[in-house]
Amino acid sequence: MNDFSYTQATSAKEATSLLKDQPSAAYLAGGTTLLDLMKANLAEPPQLADINLLPFKGIEQTSDGLRIGAMERMSDVGENALVVQQYPAVSQALLLAASPQLRNMASIGGNILQRTRCGYFRDAAFPCNKRVPGSGCPALEGDHHNLAILGVSERCIANAYPGDLSVALAAFDAVLTLENQKGKQRRVPVTEFYLLPGKTPQKETVLEPGEMIVAATIPSAAHARRSAYLKVRERSSYAYALASAAVGLDVQGGTIRAARVALGGVGAQPWRSREAEKVLTGAPATEATFRAAATAALQGAQPREHNRYKVELAQNTLVRALQQVAAT
Amino acid sequence: MSSDLFPPADTPPPADDSRRTFMKQAGGIFGFALAAPLAGQAERLTAYSKTVTGATTLTLRINGQPRTVQAEPRVTLLDALRERLDLTGTKKGCDHGQCGACTVLVDGKRVNSCLTLAITAQGKEITTIEGLAKGDELHPMQAAFLKHDGFQCGYCTPGQILSGVACVQEGHAKTDDQCREWMSGNLCRCGAYANILAAVREVADKA
Repeated sequence: MNDFSYTQATSAKEATSLLKDQPSAAYLAGGTTLLDLMKANLAEPPQLADINLLPFKGIEQTSDGLRIGAMERMSDVGENALVVQQYPAVSQALLLAASPQLRNMASIGGNILQRTRCGYFRDAAFPCNKRVPGSGCPALEGDHHNLAILGVSERCIANAYPGDLSVALAAFDAVLTLENQKGKQRRVPVTEFYLLPGKTPQKETVLEPGEMIVAATIPSAAHARRSAYLKVRERSSYAYALASAAVGLDVQGGTIRAARVALGGVGAQPWRSREAEKVLTGAPATEATFRAAATAALQGAQPREHNRYKVELAQNTLVRALQQVAAT
Repeated sequence: MSSDLFPPADTPPPADDSRRTFMKQAGGIFGFALAAPLAGQAERLTAYSKTVTGATTLTLRINGQPRTVQAEPRVTLLDALRERLDLTGTKKGCDHGQCGACTVLVDGKRVNSCLTLAITAQGKEITTIEGLAKGDELHPMQAAFLKHDGFQCGYCTPGQILSGVACVQEGHAKTDDQCREWMSGNLCRCGAYANILAAVREVADKA
């Protein structure tokens, strides 16, 4: 790990000022992503601004929905009674992620900004368009068995966000509050926060330099209360998803009034599927409907040699998640 | 561990571990970097008064005792414990938060000490495997691991035990399935999982 100077920021203004003076500095929250990358020499910030004292805390009911402070820890949010009751899928996504130790450390803001697990990104000996723009993408012909099949480009096929929380946040229309270096706040839906790789895979989110995530707000809805997160992995715990699905249904008299669907593990970003939602809405809550929705969700898939299995796996994951929710 | 991370100028642990002494040395949570820089050290006081550059004196409260260590901000809690404070019970496995061998409790919560900077652990209560027993009396979790033979090589054991202590305290060891899931952050390459599970479950049932 490179040497760096360390500052305990006591206000958002102080933290953002630090990055204004030293643009290659980094914010330190839980550290579970940042220190991991620094140990692999994939990040070498000359200065860390510790933001753990910033008041981006609390889980509270607001007129816009449940507001979760970005500095809250995954473990606390995952077991919070309001989250469990109103957004079961969000709670499950958090508690099925990482390990209890990492969940005690990692912040909500940091989780949203975690980096891809693509082996070529994480090994500085390889070219990587995300890490060194224009250097190439060995994953295209190499080991891509757990990389993305939706929203990928010829420059990058990584699932830029490999985690779970943002999949559930994308499904339930969560909105992020961001604060920039001038102290000005703006609100960005999670579905618009991540950027597809296209020709610029190095640009992963709409965050401006020095801008911070302050909170995530999830609107309250019947389909969010009746929701689930299903995660399929290579081992039964403590692993990233091969495919996952965050789904919510509002079913009345056997007919689906509203539906929310997002997939994890298969998209270049947390993959909200409005195509699947369109199939589900107004249709009977039956397996045939769920199958049709799953087909629609994977319609645009661009699998490669080693991740072809993900098309069927993601479809089956989605169908089973929908069945699970419909049965509740 | 390269020596540049840990310059030789160590300060001995205080003879008096009273709260007053501790607070004076730790300077509270925020004051640590305001302490007078040691001669020759590269501590820099900038416009941001709390910026720390180079090795400084960190005070860590470990197993109820204040301990001081000279370390740069990049030194992890794991390396501070093992390489400087001779608390080698905490193990370094993957050093990337993937194996759980480095698990310690910080303010009662289990964390990976390999991904925790020592400088950020100041002002907090750190519990390592060395702090569990009361004299010759083993902690119930340690005794249960012995009774159930919850290890073979023993390398992951300190992390397993601390994780087990937290798992029971959290109320996440009520059934075998729940316990397996909530102990999944601690890998055992010998595969002693069945016995580890038995040990943690026994302590949970008695709790």
